[in-house]
Amino acid sequence: MAESVKDKVIAIIAEQAVLEPSDVKDDASLEDLGIDSLGLVEAIFAIEETFDISVPFNANEPEKSEFDVSSISAIVSAVEKLIAEQSGS
Amino acid sequence: MKRVVITGQGTVNALGMNVPDTLEAMREGQCGIGPLEIRDVDRLAIQIGGQVKGYDPGAEFNRQQIVLYDRFTQFTLLSAREAIAQSGLNFIGDLAARSGVVLGNSGGGMNTLDENYRTVYEAGKNRVHPFVVPKLMNNAAASHVSMEFNLKGPTFTVATACASSNHAMGQAFQFIRSGMAEVMITGGSESMLCFGGVKAWEGLRVMSKDACRPFSANRNGMVQGEGAAIFVFEEYEHAKARGAEIIAEVIGFAMTSDAADIVMPSKQNAARTMELAMRDAGVNPEEVGYINAHGTGTAANDKTECAAVADALGHHANDLMISSTKSMHGHLIGGTGAVELLACTMALKDRVIAPTIGYEEPDPECALDVVPNTARDAEVDVVLSNAFAFGGLNAVLALRRV
Repeated sequence: MAESVKDKVIAIIAEQAVLEPSDVKDDASLEDLGIDSLGLVEAIFAIEETFDISVPFNANEPEKSEFDVSSISAIVSAVEKLIAEQSGS
Repeated sequence: MKRVVITGQGTVNALGMNVPDTLEAMREGQCGIGPLEIRDVDRLAIQIGGQVKGYDPGAEFNRQQIVLYDRFTQFTLLSAREAIAQSGLNFIGDLAARSGVVLGNSGGGMNTLDENYRTVYEAGKNRVHPFVVPKLMNNAAASHVSMEFNLKGPTFTVATACASSNHAMGQAFQFIRSGMAEVMITGGSESMLCFGGVKAWEGLRVMSKDACRPFSANRNGMVQGEGAAIFVFEEYEHAKARGAEIIAEVIGFAMTSDAADIVMPSKQNAARTMELAMRDAGVNPEEVGYINAHGTGTAANDKTECAAVADALGHHANDLMISSTKSMHGHLIGGTGAVELLACTMALKDRVIAPTIGYEEPDPECALDVVPNTARDAEVDVVLSNAFAFGGLNAVLALRRV
């Protein structure tokens, strides 16, 4: 069975945080995982490359971005939404 | 004015991954120039260079560092680690606040530029890695040295093409001499042996396809190199008080501009810069035993430089030695003066003069003692190191044996 979107996102976050994927919990924030702003933009780049999507995110005002990065589950949901919106376009 | 001494040196270049190996290669007159191993080399007319080979970034840096460090930054950090370890300095408290980093560099992260231009222009992708800017900026290397060693004083990068490192080291010297800084990490680096970097130089039609033969009548151009050299410049009393090993003393520096031509060198201003450096150092031409030449191996530079040496040093020009180590490590552009300063400290400390290799035929327009092909034992007490850059920017350092 192919990896789910969630598995892939967690793998990207885990690599950035230098953790095992099993240590990346759904409710964790990026801050909890020790991912700084530079780490976040690199993770977003990896997400864009992996899913061939464009992520609307401005590091100047992350809280106003459409892309919710408040927790791992929020990121996974946002990625799933973007895939649905951008597929077949 | 304070006195300035060198208490550490480090390098990565085509001759060696550290100072001892590099000096050994210089003493043996080895050539680090060979076939380039880079992508699309078959589309280049110039296929040789002084490339650092057998280097594995993964053995020196972790993944997070590698995504942030262009090759020129990696070479700089490895050289800085060697130099600072030799100096024995630990930058904390007031010393950290009074110590900085001034480095020479010309092209910045050329490999990063090349790779990412390929991504957007050749591969047609519309997305690049987020660290392209912090990786390619010219000051990245200086900043990473500052961060790794906690250096909080004056820190910046100087870009004056082939004189970048000499200008940087001249600034570092003046900061300590004036009392503005206690210790300066200085030198320079370059890494533009990528398709775009070599192709650009190719366009100028000044490159040799087979070898760099400075001062030889059959010379046919320059050969690019890559790498870095880093020095610890330290205020003399500070070094003495802690019992540091002193490699050499920096005694003078001068810089001028030709205000004439963007590429052609000027004999008059090259001579003037050497004269000003000797005056700044308070030495007479007769005291100068060795000059590390800019010696690019181009028709224009070598004859102009020899004539300038004759003008600046007068009759004594016939009694001193002058060599170009670019024949061995290639022209490191913004990093070249730094690697070449190693030949100067070797002359003063080890009393061995690095040769000009590849020398095959005397040129009446370069009729000086260019130490052809074989290193020489000689007792020299004062040396000059020349750099004459594109843009007509000249920078000459003077060093003395301690």
